[in-house]
Amino acid sequence: MRELPVARITEAVERLCMNACYHLPADVKDAVERCRACEDGAIAATVLDQIIENYRIADRENVPICQDTGMACVFLEIGQDVHLVGGDLSEAVHEGVRRGYVNGYLRKSVVSDPVRRGNTGDNTPAMLYTEVVPGDRVKITVGPKGFGSENMSAIRMFKPSAGLQGIRDFILETVENAGANPCPPVVVGVGIGGTFDKAALLAKKALMRPLDIRNSDPFYAELEVEMLDKINELGIGPQGFGGKTTAIAVNIETLPTHIAGMPCAININCHATRHQTEVL
Amino acid sequence: MEKYITLPLTEELAKTLHAGDTVYLTGELYTSRDAGHKRMCEALARGEALPFDPMNATIYYVGPAPAKPGQVIGSAGPTTSGRMDAYAPTLLSVGARGMIGKGDRLPEVVEAMKKYTGVYFGAIGGAGALLARCIQRSELVAYEDLGAEALRRLYVKDMPVTVIIDCYGGNLYASGRAAYLAERRRK
Repeated sequence: MRELPVARITEAVERLCMNACYHLPADVKDAVERCRACEDGAIAATVLDQIIENYRIADRENVPICQDTGMACVFLEIGQDVHLVGGDLSEAVHEGVRRGYVNGYLRKSVVSDPVRRGNTGDNTPAMLYTEVVPGDRVKITVGPKGFGSENMSAIRMFKPSAGLQGIRDFILETVENAGANPCPPVVVGVGIGGTFDKAALLAKKALMRPLDIRNSDPFYAELEVEMLDKINELGIGPQGFGGKTTAIAVNIETLPTHIAGMPCAININCHATRHQTEVL
Repeated sequence: MEKYITLPLTEELAKTLHAGDTVYLTGELYTSRDAGHKRMCEALARGEALPFDPMNATIYYVGPAPAKPGQVIGSAGPTTSGRMDAYAPTLLSVGARGMIGKGDRLPEVVEAMKKYTGVYFGAIGGAGALLARCIQRSELVAYEDLGAEALRRLYVKDMPVTVIIDCYGGNLYASGRAAYLAERRRK
């Protein structure tokens, strides 16, 4: 069995935290620039130019794209033929986050208690998800998630009779209610099906999918395109100042669900949709 | 309309600004967000003075990233203003006039802005690296224990902001979207 020291996971997580906060993925940049080319609002075009200039500065100078360097969402896909050695896996991930946020001059935005507050000082703990998959590799994805957009997310347990129209209306309503708060143009992650908790996780995972890849099921791929068009008819525009570009992508993920239900979660992300992946 | 303004934001100056104006700010402003606002309002409720003179002051809702060696400050874009709505009318009532953030405000904040001649500016959310370049000095004033939420005095040069809500109640989030949709219908 392949052995992998958890110290290597710590090192990778440290690197991924910094790189994710400094460098926007190419597919996100492409989406922003494509929208800039189609934008027909005057103020809107200027705002998109500033957003583009901002991520270019961050790239060049290795500084955070946004000061809200988020909570570190860490997804581990662990091959079932890997033996992790040399310590506690969760602690190794938290240590990677700690080092990444301290050594990378990233903002520490985590409080130790949701009600009583109190900053933990090193952005730990990570929000850690593990999944066991075939193979002998470990795939690590770090997606720092800002809360301006997280706060505008929503979940609803639909009756099956609500059907596709219920989902369509819920997506539009959520983006409309969010307005300027989540720093549009946004990326809309949608999770449909599963259970209450799985729908929310699907929505978060949808945000990690490259924006130039549509859902593999043509039914949902078409829905992604349709909803992006509908959102961009709302007129909210970049930063809410009015314009075409309210969203740069809609990513939908689904799971089977119960005969009695149709959970739907919508996780909103800002234009700084950050994530980086490494395979060990 | 494009305007270059030197802070502090006097009542006279505030009256010249209208929703949709692009403004380049130069001068001193103060940083504060959730926890800092709570402390300031608690201090005022106890009859204590604020750690800075609020008269004509502009408050930037920001929790900057730490400065790298050689930097004045880390990335420093605006945070969502709505979380400060519970505190903003109190600060306006003691003379603070400008607010910089992102996102809409509650009607009671707009009413207080009309009453005390306040202006709400929007900076580009998520453009923290770009905005940090306008900050030439940063010094700690109070609440150091709050980390990124500490109260700082910044000196900015030509910081680009947009007037979102003016002292007359004009709101770019409503008018900008309506104007865009009307324009598109004409095309």
